[in-house]
Amino acid sequence: MTASLSSVSVVFGREFRAYFATPLAAIFLVVFLALAGAMTFFVSGFFARGSADMAAFFTWMPWLFLVLLPAIGMRLWAEERRSGTIELLMTMPVAPWTIVLGKFLAGWAFTGVALALTTPLWITVNWLGSPDNGVIAAGYLGTFLMAGAFLAVAACISTLTKNQVIAFISAAIVTFILVTAGLELVLGAIRGWAPYWLTEAVAALSVLEHFQRITQGLIEAPTLIFFGSLIVLALMINTFLVDLKKAQ
Amino acid sequence: MTTLVEARGLKKRFGDTTAVDDVSLSVSRGEVVGFLGPNGAGKSTTMKMITGFLEPDSGTAQIGGHDVWRDPAAAKAKLGYLPEGAPAYGEMPVADFLSFVGKMRGLRKAQLNNRLAEMAERVRLTEVWSRPIEALSKGYRRRVGIAQALIHDPDVLILDEPTDGLDPNQKHEMRNLIREIAPNKSIIVSTHILEEVESVCSRAVIIASGKVVADATPRDLVGSKDDGRAIQIRISSPEEASVIEKIKPLVGGAELEVMERMNGSTRLLLRYNDKPEDTHAIKTRLKSADLPVEEVGIYRPRLEDVFRDVTTRIH
Ligand SMILES: Nc1ncnc2c1ncn2[C@@H]1O[C@H](COP(=O)(O)OP(=O)(O)OP(=O)(O)O)[C@@H](O)[C@H]1O
Ligand SMILES: [Mg+2]
Repeated sequence: MTASLSSVSVVFGREFRAYFATPLAAIFLVVFLALAGAMTFFVSGFFARGSADMAAFFTWMPWLFLVLLPAIGMRLWAEERRSGTIELLMTMPVAPWTIVLGKFLAGWAFTGVALALTTPLWITVNWLGSPDNGVIAAGYLGTFLMAGAFLAVAACISTLTKNQVIAFISAAIVTFILVTAGLELVLGAIRGWAPYWLTEAVAALSVLEHFQRITQGLIEAPTLIFFGSLIVLALMINTFLVDLKKAQ
Repeated sequence: MTTLVEARGLKKRFGDTTAVDDVSLSVSRGEVVGFLGPNGAGKSTTMKMITGFLEPDSGTAQIGGHDVWRDPAAAKAKLGYLPEGAPAYGEMPVADFLSFVGKMRGLRKAQLNNRLAEMAERVRLTEVWSRPIEALSKGYRRRVGIAQALIHDPDVLILDEPTDGLDPNQKHEMRNLIREIAPNKSIIVSTHILEEVESVCSRAVIIASGKVVADATPRDLVGSKDDGRAIQIRISSPEEASVIEKIKPLVGGAELEVMERMNGSTRLLLRYNDKPEDTHAIKTRLKSADLPVEEVGIYRPRLEDVFRDVTTRIH
């Protein structure tokens, strides 16, 4: 067990540093902050709302992450397969799940860095008024969990191809489905013809539903279980797919 | 002698093509096996199955007594592997990359540092130690791949074309390195360079179309074709065909075969059913017939001839 944990941390260290080895990380962070800022201030009218909270910021996160997390996840496996380094990884005396987990955690930590860089907004809100900081903290927790779920899905999909662009687009599509699954627009469209259980299953997949509850300050077990199991399930499929696809 | 690598009946199909067809191989400590075969013969595929990277359709592979599929961690711990093309993380400096591999292989602190220092010196990487791998020449990149495979001082070393892309000096150094470490390990090297096999390998295994077609010491392989019953003749003439027709009646019923054409001269092989004719007699006879004969001698096959012979027979 300690050997497994240590290989998770060795993989984590390498992967996390790899994000910063190219300008990609800086570009990503800048794009994220610029988009988050633009959405919050101009589209949602942060100041015009006149209320000291971060709802204007969190509302946009699912939509931003829908594009940004596939970008973080796309290289995780596609690049290993393209360059052949997967052959090194998979002939090391460690369990494949430790590599899957190490890579995922590195991407997640990178997302954590991006989120941490938005905290000046939190400070600003406190400076302008007296927000409910518990709600904001819950919002950050929800955002981070959602990021983990999207990243796990993107990592999983990146095992299926050697092409990062294909990995990105496919992950964005799947994530889009996850986000929109709970919208009345989508549910209404399937309710007409699909059996009841399918409509319910699609509704249950709704990231948006869970995310909205947690950003209102409601940290509930179903929400934590929803995101947690999405992550665990995606990582398990990821481990399975790596094994299946590695040599092709 | 301990057997460190034991592959039995390995088979692998990709769609309709059978890449590896019932390959068995066992390698003892101290042996260096040269793995030969034409392009697409199945060398890399066989190596991938022995290392546990690729699951065979049937057959088993053991490393140091551990089955690579049933007990992968124990088997892989004893293995150093250089995949074809020496893949590495291009953005990482050499030192970081080797240190990553070392840690993944369980090395820590002082032990890791010792091994890193030894690799830097032995594989001669000191000059490029802190440079990103993607900025290195092909030869250096290949050496990083070797260092990566050796970092944990494994019992078994599987190297897929380790000298591909190296200049003659580096090839020489690589062979020295392999010879140096060989006594305590089982090594399998695939290569297209036959002289390499003769100079470093204690055994040559030749595969063609996924099957083992020869497995012996390089000397025995050559010896098996050397029955003293063949004579080789070198001629140089633009009208090769007509010269050959004229030679035929003059060599005492030998079977005639074109072996090689190079720089305008042709090497012919005369096979006899038993004792060959005297080379001097043939030479005199051909000269007096005014044929452009350069050289007549008893045929001593080279590994190259054996290779061509055993790998083309199948098709
Ligand atoms: N992933 C794969 N998918 C489909 N076919 C494959 C795959 N890998 C190898 N092959 C096929 O299997 C056969 C054996 O290939 P392999 O790479 O083992 O040959 P090799 O002996 O290493 O050749 P070379 O000397 O060119 O390196 C070839 O016909 C190759 O096209
Ligand atoms: Mg090959």
